Amino acid sequence: MIDISESVMQFLLALIVVGPLIGAVLALLPAPPGLKGNSPDQAVLRHGVTVTGVILVAAIVLALGFDHDHPSTMQATTDISWIPALDVRIHLGIDGISLPLLVLTALLTFLCALYSYFKMPSGPSPKAFVALILVLESGTLATFAVLDLVLFFLAFEMVLIPMYFLIARWGGAERAAAAWKFILFTLLGSVVMLLGILLIGVKSGTFDMMALATDNGRGLSTSVQVIAVLAIGIGLAVKTPMWPLHSWLPDAHTAAPTVGSVLLAGVLLKMGTYGFVRILLPVAPDGFRTFAPYLAAFAVVGIVYGSLACLNLAKQGAKGDLKRLIAYSSVGHMGFVLLGIATMTPTGVNGALFANIAHGLITGLLFFLVGALKDRTGTSDLDTLAEQGGMALYGKAPRLGGLLAFAAVASLGLPGLAGFWGEMLALFGAFDPADDLSRPAFLVFMSIAAFGTLLTAAYMLIVVRRVCMGPRPQADPGTPVLADVQGYEFAAWTPLVALTVLAGLWPAALLGLTNPAVQKLLAGGIQ
Amino acid sequence: MTAVAAPSVASLVQSVDWVAIAPPTIAAVVALGVLVADLFVGEHRKAVLGWISVAGLAAAGLALIPLIGDERSTFCLTGTSYDACSYTADRFTLVIQFLVLAGALLTALLSISSLKDAKNANKPLPEGEFWFLLLSSAAGAALLPASRDLATLVVALEVASLPAFALVGLKRDDKRSSDAALKFFLSSVTATAVTLLGVSFVYATTGSLHLTRIASQLTHVDGQFHTLAQAGVALTLVGFAFKTAAVPFHFWVPDTYVGAPLPIAAYLSVIGKAVGFSGIILVTVVAFPSYADVWGPALAALAALTMTVGNVAALRQQATRAYSAVRLLAWSSVGQAGYLLVPIAAAAYSDDPQKSIGSTLAYALMYAAVNLGAFAVAALVARTKPLNRLVDYRGLYASRPLAALVLGFFLLCLAGLPPGIIGLFAKVTVFSAAVDAGLGWLAVVMAVNVVIALYYYLQWTATLFRAPEGEPVAYRTSVPLTAAIAVTAVIGVALSGAPQLVLRFASTGLF
Repeated sequence: MIDISESVMQFLLALIVVGPLIGAVLALLPAPPGLKGNSPDQAVLRHGVTVTGVILVAAIVLALGFDHDHPSTMQATTDISWIPALDVRIHLGIDGISLPLLVLTALLTFLCALYSYFKMPSGPSPKAFVALILVLESGTLATFAVLDLVLFFLAFEMVLIPMYFLIARWGGAERAAAAWKFILFTLLGSVVMLLGILLIGVKSGTFDMMALATDNGRGLSTSVQVIAVLAIGIGLAVKTPMWPLHSWLPDAHTAAPTVGSVLLAGVLLKMGTYGFVRILLPVAPDGFRTFAPYLAAFAVVGIVYGSLACLNLAKQGAKGDLKRLIAYSSVGHMGFVLLGIATMTPTGVNGALFANIAHGLITGLLFFLVGALKDRTGTSDLDTLAEQGGMALYGKAPRLGGLLAFAAVASLGLPGLAGFWGEMLALFGAFDPADDLSRPAFLVFMSIAAFGTLLTAAYMLIVVRRVCMGPRPQADPGTPVLADVQGYEFAAWTPLVALTVLAGLWPAALLGLTNPAVQKLLAGGIQ
Repeated sequence: MTAVAAPSVASLVQSVDWVAIAPPTIAAVVALGVLVADLFVGEHRKAVLGWISVAGLAAAGLALIPLIGDERSTFCLTGTSYDACSYTADRFTLVIQFLVLAGALLTALLSISSLKDAKNANKPLPEGEFWFLLLSSAAGAALLPASRDLATLVVALEVASLPAFALVGLKRDDKRSSDAALKFFLSSVTATAVTLLGVSFVYATTGSLHLTRIASQLTHVDGQFHTLAQAGVALTLVGFAFKTAAVPFHFWVPDTYVGAPLPIAAYLSVIGKAVGFSGIILVTVVAFPSYADVWGPALAALAALTMTVGNVAALRQQATRAYSAVRLLAWSSVGQAGYLLVPIAAAAYSDDPQKSIGSTLAYALMYAAVNLGAFAVAALVARTKPLNRLVDYRGLYASRPLAALVLGFFLLCLAGLPPGIIGLFAKVTVFSAAVDAGLGWLAVVMAVNVVIALYYYLQWTATLFRAPEGEPVAYRTSVPLTAAIAVTAVIGVALSGAPQLVLRFASTGLF
């Protein structure tokens, strides 16, 4: 949109990746004179807001400077040799697929830092908290910006330790077990992924994603591709998460602090689906084709399973935890993303990428809202909240209730909001999958997934009914007043609401970016 | 040395390349010097011996510099139709010698403060003997990678080991210490005896002790001697497998580490292993390449067993047991030995064995730096909490934030997770050696082991940052200890930024 010279773009992208790391180191050092603030805690939290804010601005400038006429070409590329012995290069670049994810990550992290500035989760000192959030941000942004398989793996691993500590130190009940489950599942997946990456590197002689994508699997025999897709796919599927490898997710979400849940659902899960699109589709298309029907099958099982689990949790008397419910709904939503990718068509993959972003916005908002509810009432247990037929949030805190209802209907895929387009395109893709894939099978998958959307609507509406509606609260002076949405909460949530509406009303803004890049990816690097 | 075949008296007198043999020689000479000086130094000035030893090891390390980029051999056979030398200083030798001497130097720094503490606690260790033994062992360890005939190799192995037994048992009036020394000694001697038997078989079939000559002779062994040669190859490996603490030759490790003074445990975990695996590399890749079908599968099985047993045992350590931190490091070092063996096993299947060997070297250099660092922090904690249990590390961050951060970094390097980037890339090279050689099953076994190891490393790391129980304790530091921690931390961080510094060995020729 605006003309920015290539070297400035390169610098911006490098800043986006390295900046948070430097910020993390600075956060551990004592604040310099003049920036001490009211207390050390306040100073370091403000430092977190500043750094993530700078990164967000850099990401927005990068998005503005991005050549929107050629979203399929890699832009702002840097390519420096780092470890010649392993042929590892610091190769950075963005195209229409990675740019939206990059901006989403920068935005969500900034909002989380802003939210924590006012509402620091209870736990040890905020110093380490800010440093960990920043390392997490750097790892996620690097995942979306690197174009070298080994660096991708490095970035993929970089988020593990920070997330582990965020859950284990600032989390709620049963946080230790949940943190272990999270890290052991993901690590087991990612070492298997490393083997697949090395297999590709050894057999094709390069780790460079661009070269491999242009090669489009021609340099790899089908058997190598099958093994590599299986190994890398398992690692990515754990992260996504795909049913039946999802069992770490509900526990991690339930135990994580609010910002941890937001980042986990909003950006960390996207690293898995991004890997499917960026690595597996172009690098090993033959291998992917072998597994595509299975992936689609697992995806639709995930959709139905997630919805049924949510319905079960939403039932009265089920002692369902709202955070756990949203976590299971993520399994369902990510199922749509995986279904879209498995179709191997431009429609499906575009839908998957759109659903990715939409899920990040909507689920991020939902976790913020449920976290706020938990802070106010001390519980996220649905039965405790909705005793006597309903919590009547509309009556007690109308703005909070309204926002929750908005996020819920966005999540169930109401047309006009962000959640709709991605899932619809994924279903369209499944209606007419790629030529080599069995159409009847995908038609079955499509109908099951469509049925899943009904179930999603059912449990979301139940949640809205039980939390937002209910008998009019008695003006009993004994019950504490439920505070409505505070100023800082408005600040943190408004961007997510606005973008959800924007993406719902103007999907072309996003699809215009992803579509050319996806077309190029699926066509084997040829435009 | 082994110039038996020399025809005339004139050729028996060789010119010796003193520059090439300088590194082990300096260490040996300083060892003798310290032993003699011990007689003339007063009781209250024994500390000076330690600093002489540190200087000696530094000098031996510096003697490596003129050898860089050169391949020099000495003690060569003359008057034979083939070339065979007993001592060669090539890239491989220099890298291992650097590892050994730098490792010994760090051990010496740790020892200075340990000896001082022992003296203050009225349980003094004999300083002169200590330094003599440490330097002699280092001299033997530095000689080993340069040896190119089986006799020198076995002699070097023994020069490195015998002082180590004495060092382990050096704590007087400590039953555990002498038990450990005896256990270590008996099992080691058995292993050496087996190795010697293997060497004699190999000599019987090939008629030579020089590694390169053995390599060429083994390709046309008489049919009826074939089994003898195979048995010789397998038995020769046993002694070296013992030194690397490969399963099933590992049982001496935990008790020995716990019984030995802490710096000696660190020494054994790094230099002891370096001795073992450089011996294995020389014997397998240089001497027995034609018998790769014998030692390849054997080493692969050994590697898989070693890493699994070591990691599972480390996982089962109870945090509240006495010395559990040292025990955990001991068992985890068994697990790490398994990773070190993977590329050597891969060399049997690979078209380019030198590249695989380079992966082992790169991994060993990383492991040496971070493991010594972890031991150094353990030594720091042991000064205040002599029981050295894992629970003693709780809240270390509150009282010594830097030490805790550094230990956390070392442990994550050993686990192979960012921010321990060098640990991650060292594992990547090992994995890629295995994948390259088609040892997919071994790579998968190793992948599972990496996850197991992460569990206990991360558990320890998490302990460091927990809120301390009661008042944070003040830890006493000493200058040499701080220096050792600082040096290893700087090496670890520098390597994480520029992994190429060690990984380049994985892509170039070594011999």
